[in-house]
Amino acid sequence: MKKGDTLIKMTHVKKSYDGKTNVIEDFSLDVNEGEFVTFLGPSGCGKTTILRMIGGFDTPTSGEILLEGSDISLLPPNERPINTVFQKYALFPHLNVYDNVAFGLKLKKMDKAQIAEKVRHALEIVDLEGFEKRSITTLSGGQQQRIAIARAIVNEPKLLLLDEPLSALDYKMRKEMQLELKDMHKKLGITFIFVTHDQEEALTMSDKIVVMADGEIQQVGTPEEIYNEPKNVFVADFIGESNIYQGVMSDQLKASFADATFECVDDYEPGTKIDAVIRPEDVDVVAPAEGQLKGTVSSADFKGTFYITFVQCGKYEVEVHCLKHYEPGTEVGLRVVADNIHIIPYDTTINHFEGKIEGYAETGLKVVFADFTLDVEATKIFEGATIKDGVLVDAAGVELSFEGTKVDMSFAPEDAAMYDDENEGDITGEIISFYYIGDHYSYTIRTESEEDYVVNDEYLWNQGDRVSVTLPKETMKFELV
Amino acid sequence: MNKFHFDRKHLTIPYLLYLAVFVVVPLLVVIYYGFTDSEGHISFTNFVAFFCNTKTMGTLLYSLVLAIIVTIICLLLAYPVAYILAKGEYSRKHSFLMVFVLPMWINFTLRVTALKEILTLLEGNLAFHPFLNTVIGMVYDFLPFMIMPLYNALTKLDNSMIEASRDLGANGRQTFLKVILPLSVPGIISGITMVFLPAMTNYVVLDMVYNSTYIMGSLIGSYFSSYDWNNGSLISAVLLILIGLFTILTNRMAGDKDSRERGRV
Repeated sequence: MKKGDTLIKMTHVKKSYDGKTNVIEDFSLDVNEGEFVTFLGPSGCGKTTILRMIGGFDTPTSGEILLEGSDISLLPPNERPINTVFQKYALFPHLNVYDNVAFGLKLKKMDKAQIAEKVRHALEIVDLEGFEKRSITTLSGGQQQRIAIARAIVNEPKLLLLDEPLSALDYKMRKEMQLELKDMHKKLGITFIFVTHDQEEALTMSDKIVVMADGEIQQVGTPEEIYNEPKNVFVADFIGESNIYQGVMSDQLKASFADATFECVDDYEPGTKIDAVIRPEDVDVVAPAEGQLKGTVSSADFKGTFYITFVQCGKYEVEVHCLKHYEPGTEVGLRVVADNIHIIPYDTTINHFEGKIEGYAETGLKVVFADFTLDVEATKIFEGATIKDGVLVDAAGVELSFEGTKVDMSFAPEDAAMYDDENEGDITGEIISFYYIGDHYSYTIRTESEEDYVVNDEYLWNQGDRVSVTLPKETMKFELV
Repeated sequence: MNKFHFDRKHLTIPYLLYLAVFVVVPLLVVIYYGFTDSEGHISFTNFVAFFCNTKTMGTLLYSLVLAIIVTIICLLLAYPVAYILAKGEYSRKHSFLMVFVLPMWINFTLRVTALKEILTLLEGNLAFHPFLNTVIGMVYDFLPFMIMPLYNALTKLDNSMIEASRDLGANGRQTFLKVILPLSVPGIISGITMVFLPAMTNYVVLDMVYNSTYIMGSLIGSYFSSYDWNNGSLISAVLLILIGLFTILTNRMAGDKDSRERGRV
């Protein structure tokens, strides 16, 4: 094997614990020899589950995990040339440092002198020479962390898995360990797969970042690609700070959002609905007359190397990171150069639901969806059709058959409304994610039947809140599938 | 003027009184009676009488053998049960544990009587297998006391320990021997202590299954019921020292201090 060859190949891996909901949805990824790959995502996104499947502690419900070309997905952990650094270290309290590190080697029936030499070398790598005889319980968190790493690398695995290994350390220690781990990776030449929810950690350490949400890969790329060219609004919002605005391409290389028009470098068809992402550090503060946007400073907080400044431009809020301090109330102008505006085409797949026509309702057709049943005017589904004397007929008066016909319904996020009273709306569910778009929040609400509804609301709710949603029956669009 | 101030340490007074009246004084009384004769003179006659009598030494030996056998059988039966209850993925884990521990809530005599009836039904006459029946009766009675500490020790054993062991190349058997077993030693010791002493002294079971052989408990009982407090006390004291030695020994074997703390009931 040489650097750059595929070490781990995962194809269409799915995992479900209860047989109904998928924790991992169709996960495919290649990890190359010698790479430092980070799985990054909020808690519950499935990143640890993927790691556990590579380590052998969970088996995929379907799909393949290939190691150097052979399927290992059903192999027990002790038969895989892979070692893990566990989140809570999982050192054996009944063994001392030496016996902990030597655990794997002793099982391989290696001779004593060789084991002693390898253990000494591993402890040297993690900077804990001379700790052999110490009891695990006398070690600090940072030292235990290092022993856990030594215990894993001493076996010279092809792949080292690290499950949020730094999350229990304090800030300074974490920073130090990040650099040390990166250094160790370079020295050892072993492939690392690292799991974290800390985006800064991921950006600092990785060759390749896999951003995950909700059991699915959102984007795979180098830290620079992930930061500068986020593929969707989730990635833009999760990695670093972002200003996100909804808008439209008004012309060739021109985007309209936040009540202004900006030059940009991403070429999309005029008229395309878009989300524009601007990093706070890319916004320049200028004199009011020179700005593309004009606004009033609403707050400025010192952050050590810069001020987090919020500027209210009409109804849109802009976050700016600038070195100069602006008193709240100051009139300013804001400019963004074309290169720093990142355009993401609006995700048109959201809020599409499939239903089935199951008969006549009081006034129209009865369409049944996973979470609700609608009474839909016949003409909205079949153009020109009406119901005459209890029979569906088209414009020419010919009877139409519709039993079991599938219908795609969609609505715009801004037309739906959210309530905290569960009886108020048409569906109820839990807020699973949200982000701020210039002048409002965009919420994703998941119902019991695993359907996701995207709803805009100007007020701040929390992740995990149970809410009900009224669907915009007037503006819904229907299409035959 | 010395006014009485209520202090937190005054809360310990009832417990100190309790300990003095029900633990320290009886112990001293036992030792006093054990080393005096019926006239109240200090003497070692009881001591000599116990250790130089083949009949009493035979009883001690019989009790030890019985207790060791019962303890080992309890341990062998309880460990897999405790392990499955603690580590298995059953939705009704707690109800299962309940079923195993429930007998502890039922009157002891009632339980032994019930068992006696079952054994009679199976064997016809209990007199044919007195030793076997005693062992069965004791194992049945003391099993929950072995399961509980083992269950506690095994639930506290973090699953990541087992995963780490597998990760480092150990198969199921090696993981059990090198990680699970050593880490559950404190629970094993607790269980042994809770079963061993009752097995040496609890003669109700023997009575119930018509085992006329004496064990330590019946010996003490017979002395006390014939008002021979001196000999009865001496044997109690000897037993106390034996159990004390046994506990110290097992704790030594358990190794370092912090693993001893783990899993204690």
